[in-house]
Amino acid sequence: MDTPASYFHWGFILISLPNLVVIGGMIVLFAIALVAPFPHAEESEDGSHK
Amino acid sequence: MAATSSAEGAAAAPKPKSWTLRVRQAMDRSLPMDHLLPDRQPYYVGSWVYVFGVVTIAALVWVVVSGIVLSFFGPQWWHDSRVGRFFNSLHFWSVQMFFIFMVLHLWGQYFMAGWRNGRALTWMIGVVIFAVSILTAFTGYLSQQNFDGQFIAINAKDAMNSAGIGAFFNVLNFGQMYGLHVMLLPIGVTILVVLHIVMVRVRGVVKPIDPEGGARS
Amino acid sequence: MKSMGETQEEYYRGVRMVPYDLVKELFLALVGVGVVSLIAAAFLSSPDVAPVTIAAWAQSDPVDFVTTAAGELAGSTTSAGYGAPYNTNGDGQSWGPIAPQKWFGVRIPVDSANAFVIEPLQRASFSNTDLGTALSSWQGAGADQQGKWLDAYTKALASATVTDGKVAVATGDYGPLPVMMSNLLGIAQAGGLDGLLVINGRFYQTDYTQPLLFIGDGGYLPALADEAHLTGSLWGMMNETGSYPGQTWLWLYTMWYQVFPFTSDTGFLGLNASNADLGIIILMTVLTLALALVPLIPILRDIPRWVPIHRLIWREYYAPRKAAPRT
Repeated sequence: MDTPASYFHWGFILISLPNLVVIGGMIVLFAIALVAPFPHAEESEDGSHK
Repeated sequence: MAATSSAEGAAAAPKPKSWTLRVRQAMDRSLPMDHLLPDRQPYYVGSWVYVFGVVTIAALVWVVVSGIVLSFFGPQWWHDSRVGRFFNSLHFWSVQMFFIFMVLHLWGQYFMAGWRNGRALTWMIGVVIFAVSILTAFTGYLSQQNFDGQFIAINAKDAMNSAGIGAFFNVLNFGQMYGLHVMLLPIGVTILVVLHIVMVRVRGVVKPIDPEGGARS
Repeated sequence: MKSMGETQEEYYRGVRMVPYDLVKELFLALVGVGVVSLIAAAFLSSPDVAPVTIAAWAQSDPVDFVTTAAGELAGSTTSAGYGAPYNTNGDGQSWGPIAPQKWFGVRIPVDSANAFVIEPLQRASFSNTDLGTALSSWQGAGADQQGKWLDAYTKALASATVTDGKVAVATGDYGPLPVMMSNLLGIAQAGGLDGLLVINGRFYQTDYTQPLLFIGDGGYLPALADEAHLTGSLWGMMNETGSYPGQTWLWLYTMWYQVFPFTSDTGFLGLNASNADLGIIILMTVLTLALALVPLIPILRDIPRWVPIHRLIWREYYAPRKAAPRT
């Protein structure tokens, strides 16, 4: 991890690959959070059924 | 017992004389225990977007705990010892997690317009937490005592000086930056986060955006 | 603000409540974050490149070191002509009448020539008569004479050679400068200047203002920083050494340094490359305030209503009500 990072250069945008991975990962994580089904307690044998 | 009820009527109880009782009653009204630790939520709290806030808190816990260990053994330890370096790494990665999930939480709250229905102050405190966290991280990077810390100091001083703050906030002064980073700023972040959480629990989660325009702030 | 008077009971009237375990959620989050951080720490470690010392600088690039030291005496280095808060030799940054750099005066006094060259040499001349004589000769000479020596020496340094770590220049009239500089270089290469500049006559010290300003005046550390993409013109604020992620949350702050008017000499409305630091701090303060005040800003506070992301988050709420609950 101590070797220099590679950089993505497009116009005035110059971003390191590790940073790009973090930002890209965040966008992916947000998108997944939007669509992934969320477990509901009412589906479990919680006893209470409202 | 004070007898100042102006309107006789549906049991308007006279205000108690005891300040302690009045404070307690105000707290009971605004944040009773079952609002502080509810075991139920509205059914529409059903998206993974809702967990970003609590994950940010969890990351903060790891940041503070690893930070406490680092500060206990002193600045040379995280360079010279393998265990010290490990805790330095733990602190580094939990800080990354903290900012990643804080920003995801911000995106979520923005697109949910979480400030509606009297929650504007909660949003504002959140932005203040963001700014103070950045300041805390900044003093942390300046406390590293390595090449990165040197260069950040030399470069950042120009920004600080241009705004006049550099006269009081000397990024080249390790003692000042380290003291702010391990003591003053973590206390600030913690107080703000507690305030933020209490505000969320007092009001409960905001309702969905109603297309009929029923949920303006 | 009338909604603030509502109790939760009133706010949630008619809303179906379901079991939700907040404490378990926090516990799982703690475990999850812990596992990820522990694994990352164990397998990826963290960035920790050793700091630059004045000794390393003086050994690797003696000519740059001596040129910088001469520059301190001549008042031509960044720190020498900086202005507030170090001295009054420069105006600092300003945007029209907005000049906060000067508002608080010289609160961190640094006299570059004395602090970085003369005082360390005075300490070193304790048992070194040649150096002592050179120093007296320097301090006895008038400013004009000092200026002549410095001009000639600085010109000669441009084609200096290095042998065994020592700097040699073509013969010329440089007064006591060659003796002073070779002594300073020797102290620096042995590590003495790192100590002298930090300690500054005291014993305990945690303030690295002097050695950092001196190192920053030279070309050695900035060149290394450039290689590591840490400098401002390379989006440096968000970068880290090695292949580690940096401070991605500073992307907007560092971005302004790459765009007009902060890259231009003429700029726009008085904002340009020479007052970029001040201009960008003002800009970012305004933007941060705007972020905090989003609930009060029309259009910004309405975008969430127009963008259908909330319809994904609350799809159960927006789904058409069916007679039987779906699984």
